[in-house]
Amino acid sequence: MLEIALMISLSLIVMAMAMNVFRLAKGPDVPDRLLALDTLYVNSIALIVLLGLWLNTKTYFEAAILIAMLGFVGTMAICRYLLRGDIIE
Amino acid sequence: MNLYLLAEAVVAFLLVAGGIFAFTGSLGMLQFKDFFMRLHGPTKGTTLGIGCTLIASMLYFTVTQGEFHVQELLITLFLFITAPVTGHMLAKTGLHMHLRFTTGTRGSVPEFRDEDVGQSRVARPAKARHPWRSRRQKRRGRLPR
Repeated sequence: MLEIALMISLSLIVMAMAMNVFRLAKGPDVPDRLLALDTLYVNSIALIVLLGLWLNTKTYFEAAILIAMLGFVGTMAICRYLLRGDIIE
Repeated sequence: MNLYLLAEAVVAFLLVAGGIFAFTGSLGMLQFKDFFMRLHGPTKGTTLGIGCTLIASMLYFTVTQGEFHVQELLITLFLFITAPVTGHMLAKTGLHMHLRFTTGTRGSVPEFRDEDVGQSRVARPAKARHPWRSRRQKRRGRLPR
């Protein structure tokens, strides 16, 4: 039962990441691409957690929390650059 | 044995629910017509989906290895705190860049009004208009100002 649920979840998240990449390539404006990148890193955290469940190890949670923190910082930096024209004033 | 089966069922349900929520959020981001509509999907659906996935992982490792895990709870709390902040900053960026939006919504948002209070005195704030149409008219020089 767990194997089937893991396969379903992995396929759904891979399809979600494919849709994010499509919006990242298509997006008509800069905030659309930024939103696509933001969703892409959130989905990659889910993918890494599912990989840790698949391989039955706890090694990947540090990678997941690093991706979470650095993705948030990167999104805020690009937002501030688009809003103010400068990141650190 | 029965408890393990119950925990496995709960983990499987949370995994499938997390996948469906993440898929729905990304589908909303792909399919909606407008940036301000597109902002709804990832900030709510994807966050809930990844919360479900992380709680499923925490439950799985807690049951199989016999000790309590808090790393996933840490990631979940961090994402639940930072997702509204990211959505707020993205909405501010969209309002600042005057992105075009679909018409048909009722009422006028104060951020969409023209900011001409500092230039000339107005009796009442201007009505909301399409930013892209007003930008096009400005470029042609036909804006009566």
